[in-house]
Amino acid sequence: MKKNPSSQKKAPLSLDEIGRKASEADAEKWDLRLYVAGQTPRSVAAFANLKRLCEEHLSGRYTIEVIDLVKHPQLAAGDQILAIPTLVRKLPQPIRKIVGDLRDTDRALVGLQLRPGKG
Amino acid sequence: MAKSALDQNHSLDRTLPKAPTGIQGLDEITQGGLPRGRPTLVCGSAGCGKTLLSMEFLVRGATEYGEPGVFMAFEESTEELAQNVRSLGFDLNRLVRQKKLFLDFVRVERSEIEETGEYDLEGLFIRLNAAIESIGAKRVVLDIIEALFSGLQNEGILRAELRRLFRWLKDKGVTAIITGERGDGTLTRRGLEEYVSDCVILLDHRVTDQVSTRRMRIVKYRGTTHGTNEYPFLIDEDGFSVLPITSLGLQHEVSTERISTGVPRLDAMLGGKGFYRGSTVLISGTAGTGKTSLAAQFVDAACSRGERCLYFAFEESPGQLIRNMRSIGLNLGKCVKNGLLHIHSSRATFYGLEMHLAQIHKLVQEVKPDIVVIDPIGSLVGAGTMRDANAMMIRLIDFLKLKGITAMLTNLASSGNALERTDVAISSIVDSWILLRDIELDGERNRAMYVLKSRGMTHSNQLREFLLTDRGIDLLDVYVGPEGVLTGSSRVSLEARERSAALASQQEAERKERERQRKREALEAKIVAMRKDFEVEDAESALIATQELARKQKVDADRRDMAISRQADEDNGFARPRRRQNSR
Repeated sequence: MKKNPSSQKKAPLSLDEIGRKASEADAEKWDLRLYVAGQTPRSVAAFANLKRLCEEHLSGRYTIEVIDLVKHPQLAAGDQILAIPTLVRKLPQPIRKIVGDLRDTDRALVGLQLRPGKG
Repeated sequence: MAKSALDQNHSLDRTLPKAPTGIQGLDEITQGGLPRGRPTLVCGSAGCGKTLLSMEFLVRGATEYGEPGVFMAFEESTEELAQNVRSLGFDLNRLVRQKKLFLDFVRVERSEIEETGEYDLEGLFIRLNAAIESIGAKRVVLDIIEALFSGLQNEGILRAELRRLFRWLKDKGVTAIITGERGDGTLTRRGLEEYVSDCVILLDHRVTDQVSTRRMRIVKYRGTTHGTNEYPFLIDEDGFSVLPITSLGLQHEVSTERISTGVPRLDAMLGGKGFYRGSTVLISGTAGTGKTSLAAQFVDAACSRGERCLYFAFEESPGQLIRNMRSIGLNLGKCVKNGLLHIHSSRATFYGLEMHLAQIHKLVQEVKPDIVVIDPIGSLVGAGTMRDANAMMIRLIDFLKLKGITAMLTNLASSGNALERTDVAISSIVDSWILLRDIELDGERNRAMYVLKSRGMTHSNQLREFLLTDRGIDLLDVYVGPEGVLTGSSRVSLEARERSAALASQQEAERKERERQRKREALEAKIVAMRKDFEVEDAESALIATQELARKQKVDADRRDMAISRQADEDNGFARPRRRQNSR
């Protein structure tokens, strides 16, 4: 699972490679889970940011499941959730976690591996 | 005694309720346990027992005090945890099934996590809350919560959230332990002590002279008095135990009962009755002076009285000890077989002093002996430093005295040192001290024994020769004479010499007597001869006197006859004046 990020980190990807990755990603189904704790402004913001981001980059091939830990506290352990809000990318593999309200779109995209990392 | 002090403290500290940990010794030094409903920080370097301490706190809470607990691990998985503490006899899985314990493993993987924007640790709170609620937990452990710092980048958020977490734990009213790794110059790496300030316990694992000792110190305990010293503690198959030195005092009951040493003549040296029951006896001596044999004889005598004995042999295995003692006619094997004698052998350097002390404690509790022998105590110095060994011996002696157990300690006096000195400097706290020494004379070495001190009884000041025979130990009077103290064959030869000298002088006396007799006889013979001579002389002189008288009478008679015959001669001028003269 470390292969992908490490190869990305080693050298900035060429435009060709990005294109190839993007087309690979195109073929995949994105399964996202957003963990929140109640209807706090932060979780509302996180959901809005996520929604916007997905519409822009993954239009039509994503599902978002919002899990409210206040209602289902037992689900926190499964994905090792500590911070709230946390976005978990279940698919495509490997699992990625992004904590925070996703305000920083660039970092969110890096975290979701929709954009190459900081190099 | 310790218990009553504890009760007293309970009543004094009404303002600060405490949650007993159930850990041996820790409740004594904290005077009741950890602050109830507050978090306690347990810090220390890696491998010093933080996790075990906190786990035992939960397990004891769950099993002994009816307080279920939540263990939240940030470094070990629950399986690993359960496995690790199984060696201490804790069956976590069973407790989990009984809903007395909840284990949760919080894994924080930096590589999986990207941070974007604001967040908080509500997820952790929810998890912890759910765990607490699910079993009604009263106790919580957060093991190495600092691991969060390596998983999440935003230290500002983390610090704020940790502060909130500890506040929240207090509000929840759970008694919590938070563990943290020791930092460089600080108690914890991330300065957790800043947030958890009610009670801080520092664990330490030090290696001195290649022997490791674990120590514990209560750095701070707000609102209550507590022991401030460093206390050694140990982790063995029964879990954690802290050994507070000061919890033992000098208030043990004393017995006036006397018990035999197993050597009748030694009993005689000790006021005729032997040692006091419950006293501490030290036998010291150089190598090969028979310390172990004397101890074995004591044990043998005790076993034949039906008393239980516990023998700690740090230099011999049980088999070896039994075999060797058979050579002086002691059948310890029989005592072992009928369950009266327990021999526990272990190398002194095998583990640290605290471990030894705990071992001894545990076996004493198990076996409930009347007599404990530790052979030899000096080797324990090898398992720690001198200071530690001394402290340990004092604790041990106090412990045995408290239990009313007669302790016999042997000490190997090293040849360079004075005999009246023990390696661990405990001579002042023992009650009776028997010194065995060897006397080297005329190319041979012999054993001698004397009672250096024996509190509370009259004891002999005599040196005795100490013989190991095939029927046990025998004490003989040593020869004390003009040539000094003699033992062994020189004693025997001197005795022989003395005997021959005595014979010679007797013969001399007889000879003199005969001489005297002879002289007397001679004298008497002489006296007889002289008397005979005298008698002869006497007879002779008597004869002469008679003859003279006869002659005189004859002369007178003659003269008279003549005068008669010559009457005319009466005018004789010659005769007359004589006559006149005579008539006047």
